[in-house]
Amino acid sequence: MKIIKQMYWMCSRQLPFILFLAYLLAIVTAPLFTPHDPLEINMNERLLEPSVEHLFGTDHLGRDLFSRILAGGQVTVGTGLLVLIIVLLSGVPLGMMSGFIGGRFDRYFMRIIDSFMAFPDFIIAIVLSGILGPGMLNLIFAIVVTKWGSYVRLARSTVLSEKEKDYVLMAVVNGLSTFKLIRKHLLPHVVGNVFVLATLDFGKIILLIASLSYIGLGAQPPTPEWGAMLNESTPYFHSSPYLMVIPGIAIMSTVLISNLAGDVLRDRFDVKG
Amino acid sequence: MIHIAKRLIEFMLFLLLLSFISFIFIKLAPGDPVKQMLHVDEVSVTKEQIEALRDELKFNEPLYIQYWYWLKRFFEFDLGHSYITKQPVLSELLSRFPATITLTCASLIVMILISVPLGTLSALYKNKWVDHMSRLFALVGSSIPSFWLGLLFIELFAVKLGILPSMGKGTAKHIILPSLTLGIAMSAVYVRLLRSSLLEGLNEDYVKAARARGISEKRIFLFHVFRRSLIPVITIFGMSLGSLISGTVVIEVLFAYPGIGKMVVDAIIRRDYPVIQGYVLFITILIVMINIFVDICYRYLNPEIRLKGVERR
Repeated sequence: MKIIKQMYWMCSRQLPFILFLAYLLAIVTAPLFTPHDPLEINMNERLLEPSVEHLFGTDHLGRDLFSRILAGGQVTVGTGLLVLIIVLLSGVPLGMMSGFIGGRFDRYFMRIIDSFMAFPDFIIAIVLSGILGPGMLNLIFAIVVTKWGSYVRLARSTVLSEKEKDYVLMAVVNGLSTFKLIRKHLLPHVVGNVFVLATLDFGKIILLIASLSYIGLGAQPPTPEWGAMLNESTPYFHSSPYLMVIPGIAIMSTVLISNLAGDVLRDRFDVKG
Repeated sequence: MIHIAKRLIEFMLFLLLLSFISFIFIKLAPGDPVKQMLHVDEVSVTKEQIEALRDELKFNEPLYIQYWYWLKRFFEFDLGHSYITKQPVLSELLSRFPATITLTCASLIVMILISVPLGTLSALYKNKWVDHMSRLFALVGSSIPSFWLGLLFIELFAVKLGILPSMGKGTAKHIILPSLTLGIAMSAVYVRLLRSSLLEGLNEDYVKAARARGISEKRIFLFHVFRRSLIPVITIFGMSLGSLISGTVVIEVLFAYPGIGKMVVDAIIRRDYPVIQGYVLFITILIVMINIFVDICYRYLNPEIRLKGVERR
């Protein structure tokens, strides 16, 4: 568990990472503080400029933009986290298994993964939402499918390189059970590497969710998703520029913070994703 | 040669698999295609008409025979007709494809014009202000959603200044904003990559040797370091050609640019299944072909891999 200790040390030292975690926490708890209902339509207060009552103004249906941004953070960032969790829980064990068993199973399995990874993620997402129809659930499924392969590969390659080392051989010679070997010796390495890759990927996942929702294949109105919000208020950008600027900044700052944190982790552990 | 032949056989197998998946996809799609085809201008159709068309399309045969007929049509390049426009899918795809390719090439040019100077300067003046600026550019560029950057450009150049058109296709002016948006979004990755690749190159022993021989810094940089540093950049570039084509989808929708990306997004929203299927077949074949091409090129350019491949066999 050395890597976990290092991470703790780093968290106490590296600002971007603290910022990232604080940001995630803020996003998750934000809906508790929304001043208005993000879905409440009020046609008397359409397209109001930012004021004390409506911090970021209101959109074309009179909904409070500040509340929608906070609620949208939970949708966008929450979806991103959900995607990552599904990918990690399904990809990492399979990758470790493939690396540990090796042989023919490993070869064929990697062949399948490779052919998946030959296609750009955006194309897979488009194809899947083409088959399944637009919608948030299908979007999650599509992004999981596109991101899955690289985690399987990373878990597998980590296991492969650790498996050959002397300490593992020693443990096997001394009669350590397979289960304990995986849990005590192999898993900590895999978890560390995968964690770095996940942080680096998080920004990309957020961008995918927002872009696909913007072109209408992800979250559907009235869901307050940042990309979908931009799509919805396109006709009003000229008269009310804040409708364009604020959701964009929300997406950008999220991705920026997670990229910064990812860079710090990558430099620290030298992982190639 | 053996390698190329192997890749081609793999390609054929892949095509067969892909055709099967596509066939299943169109079978599973909701709605009766026969009714969709006959459903023009809200005119009601008789049962006899439906049955006649079903017979004509061999829909009453067992599934494997249907697949056989579908496969025959597939190899005759007949991908069916769009439910909405009633046009053949393939001709629509081909008529819109040049627009996408134009956009892709223009974005590539923008990308090279930005990333090569920035990456080079950044490596040459490491930790100076130029370097800091270009790294900031790379960080912000990879964090900004491309469609939002496009929205900002539209607001600035098309609405406020009124010098460039914001949508459609036609004159050379129409391509400026879309290609600028996509080019900037793409170049963030390459600035960073070129910088690290050049920095690695500048530390190599052969550079020190060249300096010791008294070769000028300019010559060293141009003929020794720069050339070699391009290899990893070209590799990554080859791998991301596919994602460049897919990156055009969002940009095409944003700028209402009539390429194949805009076409498929419209088709998905309107549930125009033959068009979606046609796009899927078209783009997957295209990407697989690009990948094979890049692979062959790379083998040719980099003797190390070629030799290793021979050794293994």
